[in-house]
Amino acid sequence: MTASLAAPSTPLGAKTRINDFSIQVATVNGSGSQTANTVLLRAIFQMGVFVSGKNLFPSNIAGLPTWFTIRASAKGYVARKASNEMLILMNAETAKEDIAKADAGALVIYDEPLQLDKLRADLSYIPVPFQKLVTASCPEPKLHKLVKNMIYVGVAARLLSVDMEEVKKAITKQLKGKAKAIEINQAAAVAGYDWAMENLEDQDHIKVVRDNKTNGLIIVDGNEACALGALFAGVTVVGWYPITPASSLVETFIEYAEEYRKDPATGKSTVAIVQMEDELASAGVVLAAGWAGARSMTSTAGPGVSLMSEFIGLGYYVEAPGVFFNVARTGPSTGLPTRTQQSDVELCAKCSHGDTQHINLYPGNMEECFQFAYDAFDLAERFQTPIFVVTDLDLGMQNWSSKPFAYPSKPYDRGKVLNQQQLAEAKDWGRYKDVDGDGICYRSLPGTAGGKGSYFTRGSGHNAYAQYSEKPEDYVEVVDRLRRKYETAKTHVPTPVFRNLGSVKGVLAFGSSDPAVIEAQDILAEEGLKTDYLRLRALPFTAEVDAFVEEKQVVYVVEQNRDGQMANLFRETYPQHATKFKSVLHYNGHAIDAKCIVDQITAFEQK
Amino acid sequence: MTTATPSAPTNKLGFTKQDYVGSKSTLCAGCGHDAITAQIINAAFESNIEGHLVTKYSGIGCSSKTPAYFINQGWGFNSVHGRMPAIATGASLANRKLINIGVSGDGDSMSIGMGQFVHAVRRNIPMIYIIEDNGVYGLTKGQFSATADKGSFLKSGAKNDLPPVDPCTLAIELGCGFVARCFSGNPKQLNAILKAAFAYEGTVVLDIISPCVTFNNHDASTRSYKHVKDHDFPLHDLGFIQYSEVEEVDIAAGATEVVTFPDGSKVAIKAIHEGYDPTDRFGAMKAIHESMAKGEFLTGLLYINPTQPPLPQVLNLVDEPLATLPEALVKPGPAVLEEIMQALM
Repeated sequence: MTASLAAPSTPLGAKTRINDFSIQVATVNGSGSQTANTVLLRAIFQMGVFVSGKNLFPSNIAGLPTWFTIRASAKGYVARKASNEMLILMNAETAKEDIAKADAGALVIYDEPLQLDKLRADLSYIPVPFQKLVTASCPEPKLHKLVKNMIYVGVAARLLSVDMEEVKKAITKQLKGKAKAIEINQAAAVAGYDWAMENLEDQDHIKVVRDNKTNGLIIVDGNEACALGALFAGVTVVGWYPITPASSLVETFIEYAEEYRKDPATGKSTVAIVQMEDELASAGVVLAAGWAGARSMTSTAGPGVSLMSEFIGLGYYVEAPGVFFNVARTGPSTGLPTRTQQSDVELCAKCSHGDTQHINLYPGNMEECFQFAYDAFDLAERFQTPIFVVTDLDLGMQNWSSKPFAYPSKPYDRGKVLNQQQLAEAKDWGRYKDVDGDGICYRSLPGTAGGKGSYFTRGSGHNAYAQYSEKPEDYVEVVDRLRRKYETAKTHVPTPVFRNLGSVKGVLAFGSSDPAVIEAQDILAEEGLKTDYLRLRALPFTAEVDAFVEEKQVVYVVEQNRDGQMANLFRETYPQHATKFKSVLHYNGHAIDAKCIVDQITAFEQK
Repeated sequence: MTTATPSAPTNKLGFTKQDYVGSKSTLCAGCGHDAITAQIINAAFESNIEGHLVTKYSGIGCSSKTPAYFINQGWGFNSVHGRMPAIATGASLANRKLINIGVSGDGDSMSIGMGQFVHAVRRNIPMIYIIEDNGVYGLTKGQFSATADKGSFLKSGAKNDLPPVDPCTLAIELGCGFVARCFSGNPKQLNAILKAAFAYEGTVVLDIISPCVTFNNHDASTRSYKHVKDHDFPLHDLGFIQYSEVEEVDIAAGATEVVTFPDGSKVAIKAIHEGYDPTDRFGAMKAIHESMAKGEFLTGLLYINPTQPPLPQVLNLVDEPLATLPEALVKPGPAVLEEIMQALM
């Protein structure tokens, strides 16, 4: 079995998938596997190869199955790939099922005692004596469970020809500052690597070859990117409630705020962060803080938005600003809390009872998570309304490579706020008077001195002077103006991004579907079907969206929910084109992949 | 600054009492809530409150309409049912200079809004939290609320078989440092307590028994004017002395206790109910429970502990309002982003 492996120079076969493969790691959650998987991902990234990771984890703290998929792609495709070339099976509970589902020809690294090699003849098996190796490399028995996973990182690195120095570097990075943990984990990875070197034949199935595609890139998740956007946007009040997959957005913000949001003169905090008793109270804090002039935010997921909807309607009607991050997960109800979906489209578009319309931002990558989070605060204050920034678990919690974020040098837009002097000079000021014809009125902030500008905010019927009114004409004036305000937003929200291959056939998607759509577009083009792709980035729909819908013969609306919610919004907005919209759907909780898009569009085309 | 006749008396800020009024009340004639509104106006005038710093929050219900009836110079926010505490929390964090008054009812705070009440009190939000307590849902025409006494009757004859929630013992249990019960029919006591409340830094819980003349003022009600008057047991005579007004000391004759606030203001207490010490938390709980068992309303300052830090202090916030901090203070520079990006590479 033993072969000498001069890794990087091993001759590669014609069929070798160089920098183009997926690895799936099956472990038990709470066993430290997330660290090991991130190290493997990072080491490949450091080899200059585009890489993306998807963690498929249970709603549980320890003991349940979890899978992590690492995809390397020379072409830069970062969507989840439906097939895997290598499996690393560490979980006895799922191993047989994992084998049954494996793609023919896959390399299977597994824990030797599991004895999986008789199950199927069309796989290549690599049994590894993990327990023996961890016992030899790690002196502390109580750490064996956590360190065991680092052994497979070494084995995989060897088989893939990943430079061991990059693995060590990745461990150092991942465990920043914890010298002892770094030492123990590096020893385990080396033990795995050395064992593979001595005991395994080389393989030419999949390989990593050093490239330069990732120079200067960062690895980040969407929640952190959004947190950074909020940090630079100068958020001053945060009311939140823990919920998967949104908690890490505020938690990451808290870490950064500790460091970067203290008044240098006094050491006191320039942001108030309060963990509230529920999402409803969080929404109240956000809107009241916005009403009082602060930049405010919360982060939540679908169940939280449901609870908040009472306040969202109030915010819309009294015109109070606030930024609401919805890191969507699989619904309805509790649904699958740790799985992804884009199933809050209609909820966020029209959250709350009565006639409501909300500005929604749909970032599709890490730079946009950062930028849109920053912009959301400007939009909230400009439009004096709740703004939803809608991401999902896939964007929010998975690792993505990205260009470093550009500094948002544009000064804040604090919107139409009258100060003491302006209020004194204003003639016949009314809180809800549309002076400029754009539907956006001038507001005053509580506490403004001078005896002018005080008014009474109410969620009940009111007139242009914020007085209680049940008169039909007063009511209609306000709600029609709110509609006008929403129209104005069309020229302020992010415009769509196009990837046109020259076609009358359109593909429309948003958010985390982007990488899979790009890959699907390329596959379809190779198969002879060119498409033009519009990536929607906001509600309301802008003029560019109108034109696209007008131009195309057909618009395939790709989205991650069962009911085609975004397609429904399009049919409602463009009833004259309603038959053009065909839904391409993916909603099983896993991140969307290119193949499902290709298959569905192909099926439509063959009809 | 004054808008009333030149002869009207002014306070230290030069305002007349007229400067503290609001719009005309639309509540039923004789409503206890209007008597409370009148004392808020008096107390704010006498306490030299800066009207433009006042924010008035409410939820939904008859009580929640009342912020429109006082201090027009301030900013009002009539929000949604039971959610006033979250509104007060957000605004008070955004601008810690604001003087926050929340007006709620027994339905708004003890039923639908119980959760928010509990947590606002726990957090010691800087606000005067007034519960205008009539034991009934007035605005929806007379259903029981959660403070209705067991065995009491509705006008329709329906009997309440469930025990009441008591906002005062609940607030003390939650760590509130200023808990009082008043009767809307005792303006003198209410005035003294409201003035002390304006000087207090954290959450003040005032449960004010305020009879509903339309739906809960009949003979079988335990919240009627007559019933409350007959069962009101004032604990003490109170005198409040604002720090800046030391020369106008009005300590009740025979004061047995003086409680000093961090700003130097003082509450002088002359006990009527023998042996009642409002600084003794467990003693207060015991006395309130005993009186409730007898069907009495102990009124007055039930519990006071002026040393608890309010939320903005706990969060170590800057002294200036967060809402108006300059961009330079809240937006980190390019070097910070560069440093963060390097760490993510």
